[in-house]
Formats: sequence, structure tokens, C-alpha cells
Amino acid sequence: MPAETTQRQQWLGVLARAESAALAACVAEAPPLPAHTLLRGPEVGLVMLRGRAGGGGAAFNLGEMTVARCSVRAGGFLGHGYVAGRDGAKAEMVARLDAALQDQTRFETLWRLVVAPLAAREAERRAALAARAAATKVDFFTLSTMRS
Amino acid sequence: MSIDLPGFADPVAEAQACFRAVLAATARPGRVHQVGGSLQAPSPLMPATAALLLTLADTSTQVWLSADCVPAHGWLRFHCGTHITADPAAAQFAVATRWPDLALFQRGTDEAPEESATIVVQVAAIGSGRLLRLLGPGLREEATLRVDGLPDDFVPIWAANHALYPRGLDMVLVADTALVALPRSVAVT
Repeated sequence: MPAETTQRQQWLGVLARAESAALAACVAEAPPLPAHTLLRGPEVGLVMLRGRAGGGGAAFNLGEMTVARCSVRAGGFLGHGYVAGRDGAKAEMVARLDAALQDQTRFETLWRLVVAPLAAREAERRAALAARAAATKVDFFTLSTMRS
Repeated sequence: MSIDLPGFADPVAEAQACFRAVLAATARPGRVHQVGGSLQAPSPLMPATAALLLTLADTSTQVWLSADCVPAHGWLRFHCGTHITADPAAAQFAVATRWPDLALFQRGTDEAPEESATIVVQVAAIGSGRLLRLLGPGLREEATLRVDGLPDDFVPIWAANHALYPRGLDMVLVADTALVALPRSVAVT
């Protein structure tokens, strides 16, 4: 997979998982995004989530998930935004950022002011959750030593 | 692949309006309807062709396009999610910028005449040019239609298609935003 694809996956993932308020706040800090034309959406629909049970299990339909999506063209680049939920404005913002991040002249600033802070926030959130879960961890050390 | 151009600005209302226009056009052959006026169509598709495809083509349809329509493939896939087929006999909808060879397309069977293809042909003009007289279901008296850009032997070609009824091809003629339907049931002289 080309490096730019994985990097684009990374920013799309960070932007899609960010809270819309935090996303809007970061975008407000950054220089204005280029003007855009809406190609499709924002629109809300359902996506079938597929799961796999066990190592050799066949794929099954886990359930449907509400997704908002939007595609825009801005500054000669095509941007797509897919986000969980019904937040069309967020999907449009993600699509606009996706288009702008592909532009080498804007990438550096946007990465520093938008993607990196949101990724840090996400890491913080995950760490807090992991810490809360870790507090409930049961240590079977005694049980395993008693057996012998 | 180019998807530079948007689809319908208001997909639900505009697709419903276009569906209504195609339905009315088929019910009253020869009557001209205007669709896709607000649409920027990807070249070489005309606005009415683009609107019709946005309305009728989806993931469950196979669309065949004439060879010069390759620049519009990306747009069509993106907005309709439709399958583009290279095999005219597999197509439910066919789009041609010039008069195609009608023998290539599916005409349905006597058991399932609905399996025939609908052919969209882009012509130079509707409302001027050659005079056609139409008669058939939906027309109490003879209707007239002027089309510029049909082949010289259109009348015998259409007579052969009409004679296959209930099998046969349905046709939609398009010029810019004008659209007129010729269902297989209509006789043309």
C-alpha cells in the first residue's frame, strides 16, 4: 500500500472519530479552508457492518450503522468524509479537510493545527478509558500459584 | 476517472420530478418534457441523459454506454453506484451519442417482455427536423414529433421493433434538456 494512502487513512480516521465540537474548534484555529463544491451529500444512510466469529468463521451481518457521508471538490482535490451518526455538517467538514490535506502546500499547517491535536485528544481519551478498565482488572496470581 | 461534477442538488425531489417526467413521456409518446435543467452533465452526456440515469440507474442495473462516453463513467459510478457493462446484450439501459445498432440489445422474451433494454439516444434537436407521425396506446389521435439526428431509415427500423410487440426496445430520445419517449407500443410513420 502506498505511504500516502496509509497516511490519508490515518487522518480520515482521526477526523472521523473526533468530537464535532473539538473538530470545529481546531478548524477555527487553522487558516481558512479553500472554497468547495459539494459533489454528493451531506447525506445520511445505513452501512451494513460485517463481523467474523472465530478464526475460521464465515462473515456474518452484525447489524446496520447510521453513517453520514459527504464528498466535495476543493482546490483541485477530491475529499471524502464518512462519519458515524447523523452529523452531516461534520461529514462535510471532514471531506473539506480531506481535500485540503492532500494539498502539499496546506498539509503541514493543517496536520499541526488540526490532525495532531485531535489525535492527541483521542489518545488521551483512550488512555483514560484503559486506565479505568485497568482498575477493575482481576489478578489471578494467587489462584494460579495455589494450583500447584 | 472524473467526478468533478455534482449530481442532483436536491436528490429526492429532483429524482422524483425526473421520474414523473419519464413516466409521463412514456405514457404519452411524442410529448416533449424538460428535465435536468439545473444539472451540469459530464461530457458527452446531455443534461436530460444525466438526469435520467441519476433517476433510473442504481446498483441493481447494468448500463451500457457508447464508446465515446468513457469520460462519464466515473461520474456515473460515483453518483448512481451502477454497473457499467461492455456487453450491450446485458444492459437494462443503454446510452448512445449516435444512433446505435438496435440488434445488439436485449428485446425480452414473450414470457418476460419487461427484460428488454431501454435505449437513450442523444440526437441533435427535438422540435425541429424530420417529421414523425405517432400512433398507439396513450394517443387518442395521431401525434406529431420533429426530430433532427435520426438515421434516414428510422421508420423501417422502428417498424421492425414495433412488430416484435410485446417484445422490443423502448427508446428515449434526448436533446440537451428535452426528452421524448418512444415505447415499443407506438407505431411511427
